Amino acid sequence: MNFFLLSVLKAAVVAFVLLTTLAYLQWVERKVIAHIQVRMGPYRVGPHGLLQPLADVIKLITKEDLIPPHVNKFVYLLAPFLAVTMALISISVIPFGTEISIFGNTTWMQLTDLNVGLLFILAVSSMGVYGIALAGWSSNNKYSLLGGLRSSAQMISYELPLSIAIASPLLLVNTLSLREIVQAQTGSILHWNILRLPAPQIISFFVFLIAGFAETNRVPFDLPEAENELVAGFHTEYSSMKFAAFFMAEYANMVTVSCMTAILFLGGWQPLFSPAWGSNYVPTAIFVIAGLIAISHGLNPARRLDRITLPITGVVFLLVGAVFLMPAVQSALIPLFWFAAKAGAILFLYIWIRGTLPRFRYDQLMNFAWKVLFPVALANLLVTGLIVALT
Amino acid sequence: MDVILFLIFAIIAVVCAVNVVVQTHPISSAISLIGVMGSLAVLYLLLGAEFLAMAQIIVYAGAVMVLFIFVIMLLNAGTEAKRGRSLTAQLLGLPLLIAFLALASYFSQRFYPGGAAVHFGAFKGGTAQNIGMALFTQYLLPFEVTSALILIAIVGAVVLARKEL
Amino acid sequence: MTSGPPLAWYLILSAVLFALGVAGFLFRKSIITIFMSIELMLNAVNLSFVAFSYQLKQVNGHIFAFFVMVVAAAEAAVGLAIILTVFKNRETLNVDQVNSMKY
Repeated sequence: MNFFLLSVLKAAVVAFVLLTTLAYLQWVERKVIAHIQVRMGPYRVGPHGLLQPLADVIKLITKEDLIPPHVNKFVYLLAPFLAVTMALISISVIPFGTEISIFGNTTWMQLTDLNVGLLFILAVSSMGVYGIALAGWSSNNKYSLLGGLRSSAQMISYELPLSIAIASPLLLVNTLSLREIVQAQTGSILHWNILRLPAPQIISFFVFLIAGFAETNRVPFDLPEAENELVAGFHTEYSSMKFAAFFMAEYANMVTVSCMTAILFLGGWQPLFSPAWGSNYVPTAIFVIAGLIAISHGLNPARRLDRITLPITGVVFLLVGAVFLMPAVQSALIPLFWFAAKAGAILFLYIWIRGTLPRFRYDQLMNFAWKVLFPVALANLLVTGLIVALT
Repeated sequence: MDVILFLIFAIIAVVCAVNVVVQTHPISSAISLIGVMGSLAVLYLLLGAEFLAMAQIIVYAGAVMVLFIFVIMLLNAGTEAKRGRSLTAQLLGLPLLIAFLALASYFSQRFYPGGAAVHFGAFKGGTAQNIGMALFTQYLLPFEVTSALILIAIVGAVVLARKEL
Repeated sequence: MTSGPPLAWYLILSAVLFALGVAGFLFRKSIITIFMSIELMLNAVNLSFVAFSYQLKQVNGHIFAFFVMVVAAAEAAVGLAIILTVFKNRETLNVDQVNSMKY
């Protein structure tokens, strides 16, 4: 019973954090893209637009829930459900940190550690293709069908380089369990899979990242859902909560790919350099510097509102930095910080690339998958296998 | 606990399989077949075959069925036309089938009673490592032959489905 | 609790699924549904293999099921390509109507 209660508690915490992250990821994306394009982004709803996700959720919930005529109702309603379920399930095997003890029970910061955890993530992402294919078909609309077919063909084509890019670091760590993959990368940055001798996995890191972009239908691979190409593609006919489900599924897939990159290549919750050299003070240092910058900008702000918001942000950052110094929570929070920093860096990369690159044409996209990415991933796997076998 | 899990997923598998056979529209049959494969994957997990369960989802439910759904969408397959069925088949078909299956299970239970109780976690030999060891030492030749088979299938599919320009 | 359902239940489930696959194969007219019934039969046989592998405590059943899966995938690819070609030439998916070589 203790185990059951603990699992329910962990699941509730992870679910809550994930859903909040998804909502605020959208805010971060809009702000970052806006600043790349030299404009402000959401600014009015709450200070600096912080309540914009809440406004969006209220709008999407209260919008008229319309089912167009002549659609296959069962499949039309099943598709967003499949998409969002498969996208959210894959968070259940991601390790966020080390073993912690709450109220006397020791437990890992991971919902469950399957010994085929990596295959579970691959399986769930293969099932995510159905949400899109069935959505495109059931909408009784030729643009949706084209968008749905193109998007599912793109996703299954890029699953191949993705799987082979995953197989290369597996040769170095010899296990499929995500917890053990992270534990095999202890040490410093030189032990992370990306830089690990005898076979640094730089090529498969890039292949995985590119294939991950294509799997989640993000720029530059987002032709099937681009507004100006296919009238929004497979989710044209969906409104209100069903559209919100697809939206959430896309962001959840982004989060999954970022977490997987962090775990497979960047060392998961392992610190950048070992704690003997002082890496326990890095989070505190970063937050204190951020807080001091915020406060110094708050003294002569560019806008009137910032005279209040910037100092408050600065003080909050300083408090968070101080929390990282408390030894009681240090063992739990510091691995969590490193994991969140790495996954957050990859998410920022996602958003940065969306604001920067143009999109591929569909035949260029498929060409790239089969003629460039797949042979590169395969060659990398062969070379890695050769190196591992010879040492 | 094992019994409850088995019963739930066995009933889902049978209901979805009946749906595959009974539904008129191919897309509904395809979605039901995905349901069958999913519940079979859970049953493989109960039998200790975790690698095979994940392979079932990745290969069967995630690739082969996507191929089926693509073909159904491309060919715009519609519902099948109804055709006449004899009254005898309609009235006697299902009861006879159930009677036959009940007799078969009774006799197999009676004459081959040595089945072990299936407990989740009792068989630990289905890990990726065990399968890898067997596949690359004892079954190396079939493994290489299947890779040639897949190559032949790829070439065949590409040749058959291309446009004659 | 160390008890669970006896292995025979898994074999009965496998038999039921196989019988449903055969029924679908014999009674349906659309070529794609017939193909899906074949996949159902292959899955039922896989379940049988895995159940016996549990009984005999060996991994060979899993290997066989793996090979069945691979062959089924290859067969699905080629079979669907053939279906596409037949559809292109005969404009129908009804197996009763592809009978121009009948006596």
